[in-house]
Amino acid sequence: MPEQFIWGMEVFLNGLMAGVLYALVALGFVLIFKASGIFNFSQGVMALFAALTLVGIMEGQVPFSHLINAVFGTEIHHFGWHVPALAAILLTMVVMILLAWLVNHFIFRHLVNQEPIILFMATIGLAYFLEGFGDIMWGADIKKLDVGLPQGINTTIDEVTYNLFGYGFFIDNLDLWATFIAILLVIGLVLFAQYSKHGRAMRAVADDHQAALSVGISLNFIWVMVWSLAGFVAIVAGIMWGTKSGVQFSLSLIALKALPVLMLGGFTSIPGAIVGGLIIGVGEKLFEFTFGGMMGGATENWFAYVLALIVLVFRPQGLFGEKIIERV
Amino acid sequence: MLDASEGYTTEDGRTIGGVVMEMKHITLRFGGVVAIKDISFDIREGEIRAIIGPNGAGKSSMLNVISGFYNPQEGQVFYKGELRPQMKPYQVARQGIARTFQNIALFDGMSVLDNIMTGRIRQMEAGLFAQAIWKGKAEREEVKNREAVEKIVDFLEIQHIRKTPVGRLPYGLKKRVELARALAAEPSILLLDEPMAGMNVEEKEDMSRFILDVNDEFGTTIALIEHDMGVVMDLSDRVVVMDYGKKIGDGTPDEVRSNQAVIDAYLGVAHD
Repeated sequence: MPEQFIWGMEVFLNGLMAGVLYALVALGFVLIFKASGIFNFSQGVMALFAALTLVGIMEGQVPFSHLINAVFGTEIHHFGWHVPALAAILLTMVVMILLAWLVNHFIFRHLVNQEPIILFMATIGLAYFLEGFGDIMWGADIKKLDVGLPQGINTTIDEVTYNLFGYGFFIDNLDLWATFIAILLVIGLVLFAQYSKHGRAMRAVADDHQAALSVGISLNFIWVMVWSLAGFVAIVAGIMWGTKSGVQFSLSLIALKALPVLMLGGFTSIPGAIVGGLIIGVGEKLFEFTFGGMMGGATENWFAYVLALIVLVFRPQGLFGEKIIERV
Repeated sequence: MLDASEGYTTEDGRTIGGVVMEMKHITLRFGGVVAIKDISFDIREGEIRAIIGPNGAGKSSMLNVISGFYNPQEGQVFYKGELRPQMKPYQVARQGIARTFQNIALFDGMSVLDNIMTGRIRQMEAGLFAQAIWKGKAEREEVKNREAVEKIVDFLEIQHIRKTPVGRLPYGLKKRVELARALAAEPSILLLDEPMAGMNVEEKEDMSRFILDVNDEFGTTIALIEHDMGVVMDLSDRVVVMDYGKKIGDGTPDEVRSNQAVIDAYLGVAHD
């Protein structure tokens, strides 16, 4: 087998796994958009906030310590305890549910039936607020996140491929785990949305508010639930990205990478978010591998957006989105 | 005059019970416009109660008051003998008052079965966590409710479209699915907002038959709004007539038909 092809395969596999991480962020967008028609620009910041909170809780950091120290002239930073990863994740989930409730109670409850652009602007505001709030609460320094997920080269794959092709593939254990967890998450979400009372209610609210009310669905409850779900997805994305590249404020920018994924997969399709993520992940890695050299590299920065643009021209609803039919 | 708790038997042998809902001096205003003016009437258990009147008489507003979509400025609503506090529409629905809409409000993206299943929300109690992990109670509930829904599907003869997304159905069938969803809640009172609006004669006959069958089979109390005088007179046990937000008649179809105010109201407007 030609060397180029084998390398290409490795690039392809790595692309798939990068795609899973993009898909994780896109998933949060899709959930909220489906149930409330809100394009949640703050999804990336939610992932950042979740990761910050998780690290803060695990390390026993005192929330708002800078503020407290500045006001009272004290020197406190840590409680001096460490919380096990699983307990910290559960506590973070509680924080995210609380956040979901606050967001609904103070912002979106008052914006029912407003234009989508107004809702969108509100989420931009929320994004900036959350970023600043996360900063005040947990500090701005880059943190290391380790919840016990294995990292580094997967030696089994390395050996097997070396024996097969005479060239060992470099696949990161963390990426494998991310893929596995993302698959579980997606299956879980799809089952929940399709076959449970609350999932059905969620789809019902997305479809028609009046009809939903008339069968006894509380809109506020569903909205809080959906924002909590998005918060849960944000935790998972935050853990994966945080473990991979450290918990830093540039994490919120992964939201921008999710945009082309959404355009490709459609804003309303959960499986679409996954496939869209995979296509972008594989596409940008393979493109860089084959054409990157000719163009001076760094094609990964723009490839996804160009691809999304092309898809938009030919299929505005995305590959999997619900078809937009306008009756005259 | 019957006592509120007394019942009676109709000519065709159905038993009508005591008063299940009573509206007392309801007044509803939208800014300066008075949609409903001091209207009182009651609904008895097991009866088919119609609210009729010309266009803009305030019939739909009345239905929206009953189902909690509008809150009247004055007056009281008594449900099962108790004064009903101001409620959100979803809370009213959970009390067992189901409704359909004049312009059909279905979940277009969902299948017929899923649409009807949303009607069962009142009967499903498993919490969010149980739902999320789909175990035990949640699973049993889903199966049990699915069976109930299948019965309704059979009853309304919509088996052939069970899995079809509602958005693709023709108008008449959509109306029937909406009825099925309301029925799935096993409501104490079923509110129908112009169930036959926009239907052809054949569809109207089908719908009339279903309304009578529902009432007969399940003993469901039905309050309906209708334009078509002929249909209403055949269907209902008692009729409230509204005109310009006021009640101008209340009684059996025969009584209403011979009421001069009603005749005037109906002849006074151009009407099909």
